[in-house]
Amino acid sequence: MIPELGNFALYIAFAFSILLSIFPVIGLKQNNARLMAMAPNLTLGLFVFTLFSFLCLVYAFVTDDFTVVNVAQNSNSLLPTHYKFAASFGSHEGSFLLWLLMQAGWAFAVAIWSKGLPVDMRTRILSVLGWICVGFYAYIIISSNPFERTLPYFPVDGRDLNPLLQDIGMIIHPPLLYMGYVGLSISFAFAIAALLSGNLDSTWAKWSRPWTAAAWAFLTLGLTIGSWWAYSELGWGGWWMWDPVENAAFMPWLVATALLHSLAVSEKRNAFKSWTVFLAIAAFSLSLLGTFLVRSGVIVSVHAFATDPERGVFILVLLALVIGGSLLLYSLKAGNIKSFGKFSIFSRESMLWGNNVLLVAATIVVFLGTLLPLVHKEIGLGTISIGEPFFNQMFTYLIIPFALLMGIAPLVRWKQDKLNNFITKPLAIIAISVTLTLVWLKVEFNDIKTLALLGTSLGIWIVLFTAVELKRMLSKVSFIKLPLSHFSMVLGHIGLAFLIAGVALTSQYSVERDVKMFVGDSAELRGYQFNFTQIKNIEGPNYDGWAAVINITQQGEHVTDMLAEKRFYPVQRNTMTEAAIDDGFFRDIYISLGERLPDDSWALRLYVKPYVRWIWMGGIIVALGGFVTLFDRRYRNRKHSKQG
Amino acid sequence: MNPRRKKRLFIIVSSISLLGAAIGLMLYALQQNIDLFYTPTEILEGKELGNGRIGAKPQIGQRLRIGGMVVEGSVVRSESNLNVSFKLTDIGPMVTVKYNGILPDLFREGQGIVAQGILVSFDTIEATEVLAKHDEEYMPPELAEKMKGIKHVKPKYETKTQY
Repeated sequence: MIPELGNFALYIAFAFSILLSIFPVIGLKQNNARLMAMAPNLTLGLFVFTLFSFLCLVYAFVTDDFTVVNVAQNSNSLLPTHYKFAASFGSHEGSFLLWLLMQAGWAFAVAIWSKGLPVDMRTRILSVLGWICVGFYAYIIISSNPFERTLPYFPVDGRDLNPLLQDIGMIIHPPLLYMGYVGLSISFAFAIAALLSGNLDSTWAKWSRPWTAAAWAFLTLGLTIGSWWAYSELGWGGWWMWDPVENAAFMPWLVATALLHSLAVSEKRNAFKSWTVFLAIAAFSLSLLGTFLVRSGVIVSVHAFATDPERGVFILVLLALVIGGSLLLYSLKAGNIKSFGKFSIFSRESMLWGNNVLLVAATIVVFLGTLLPLVHKEIGLGTISIGEPFFNQMFTYLIIPFALLMGIAPLVRWKQDKLNNFITKPLAIIAISVTLTLVWLKVEFNDIKTLALLGTSLGIWIVLFTAVELKRMLSKVSFIKLPLSHFSMVLGHIGLAFLIAGVALTSQYSVERDVKMFVGDSAELRGYQFNFTQIKNIEGPNYDGWAAVINITQQGEHVTDMLAEKRFYPVQRNTMTEAAIDDGFFRDIYISLGERLPDDSWALRLYVKPYVRWIWMGGIIVALGGFVTLFDRRYRNRKHSKQG
Repeated sequence: MNPRRKKRLFIIVSSISLLGAAIGLMLYALQQNIDLFYTPTEILEGKELGNGRIGAKPQIGQRLRIGGMVVEGSVVRSESNLNVSFKLTDIGPMVTVKYNGILPDLFREGQGIVAQGILVSFDTIEATEVLAKHDEEYMPPELAEKMKGIKHVKPKYETKTQY
């Protein structure tokens, strides 16, 4: 009964999205205020019914309703309840419903917090969102209904959630990532609405900015958590593997980062406007492309859902409509956009332009590296793979100018500045950063690796320059008066500095060893003794297996006891490695239990990974920067004054 | 030229040269990092190019990816360390893969795997990475395509004690 209600609610939500895509537009054409005023209410309806539908699906999962195909295939009565909840978005169908919930949620948020916008602008934005929703809801109803039944012959128990997904990461990573992915549709809707109205002034950028920042912050957080999850769950100590699906989510992030910076120029200097619009279109198009890659089965990846060509075709059509339609509109209207802000070659504007060029270049690298194997195969040149070294190499090149610019750009004045003011200080800071790094690496690792030196100095360079800039700002205004959006920049840049340093250090100084050990053996790695003391049986709610107890000592002193598990999930007949991780600010110790060898010894993989936490810590700080912007007085006052 | 045009020209020229440099570097890096995928038959007999023509065999020392089924009874392990070697096949010919390290959880005889490594002799590969997907019915799609019509040997039911 409940699944039918959920299904019905989904249809009603679909109807709401159709109404939202039609009536407000007619209202705009006829200048009919009443029709235009329908938009927020229709959005409310869309959101409420989608939420209800999603809750029905969650209910079906939590109560083990195996008459629903989706539940039968992705859950099991023995699955712990919080994973049953996560399983509701573990499948293609369920995750798409979550996607819709996010989409409707964002649209509803716009309806609530956009009272300060002119009525026609707000109506346009909501109806653009309505058009997007029509496509998505039609998709889920036609080809991916999560409420399909198995009646009359339903199974007694379900086939369980993929063991890889039975992790806390599954509960937080997909919702955050989707929030970001879908949130980019808001920036897109703002851009399209502005193009349609032909009214692209700096107020438009001011409206769009907090929404873009919010979506971007969620996306940052989603990617960071995803990286951490892959690290702790996949059992081989990697935190980013340039997997096509990771790339699919990374491309929108790169473009959204460019958009965020370009929006700043549009808002403050009334320049870069048509470029900003283009980035907003590109960011959302790339997030749709990502969806297509993940759900159509054209690529092989840990993330890929079960494949079904029909689904792929549908998204491809949707993708073509969105990209084709918006680019057509763009080409018709962009010529009318005038950017008035003038600036010289050395100015904040040109620095931010550099930021955009580099981010776009990075996007092209990822795009080519991800799609080239596909193209190569389709045109009959055989199957190829493009290895991690390609991406690593390209990003090493790109990060150097990027980080250098990031250091000085905030100090450069808008419009025009003197290059002569930027010679002594940067040289001094370079000298300080490199010296500090050299001392650090010498003392800690007694071995200086070029790439680690490079990355860490760049990190220190950014932090030092950010400090200089902050000091200069504080000499002008008091700490309390400093706008929050300024802090968000500071956080974003410092977070990235940590991330760069973390990546450089962990990739250069991590050590790993595969060893064959009997109980009682011990092995040494980077000064740590790994003593294999015991192997024991473990029994979980829906799995059993082995756990190796490993006692870690350093110079005879006990550090910690670790439990590396090998789990066997009988329902899916899957074996899983559950790595043991001893985390720390300065280093992680990471152990994976491999197979039991014929002579009763065990294969173990031992890692010591210095500063790996800095990557995620940095990512979280960056995301925090995005969230802080939302509380900036400039954006807040607008809302309050109009609401009150 | 007036200064405004000059500035614009500068911006356009520098954008284009930057992008050009980036693309040049990228293509160079790409060239070094593309790994072709082979099946055991293709390694021994060359890739089929269609129309019955046979292409070149991979060269010794080349980096490549290979996908195949692990031949039953071919897994040989070292007594003292984690060295392991096994044979891979698709439709008959076999090549040997040598690897030092931990095999993935789903590695077992009769199962499809993908290995990445270097061809060290005409029929031997030293793998740096061995991959098997977390799905018991998994077969690398590239391989599935090549092996159309050939039955995939399902692994036997695995119990805990069989590790």
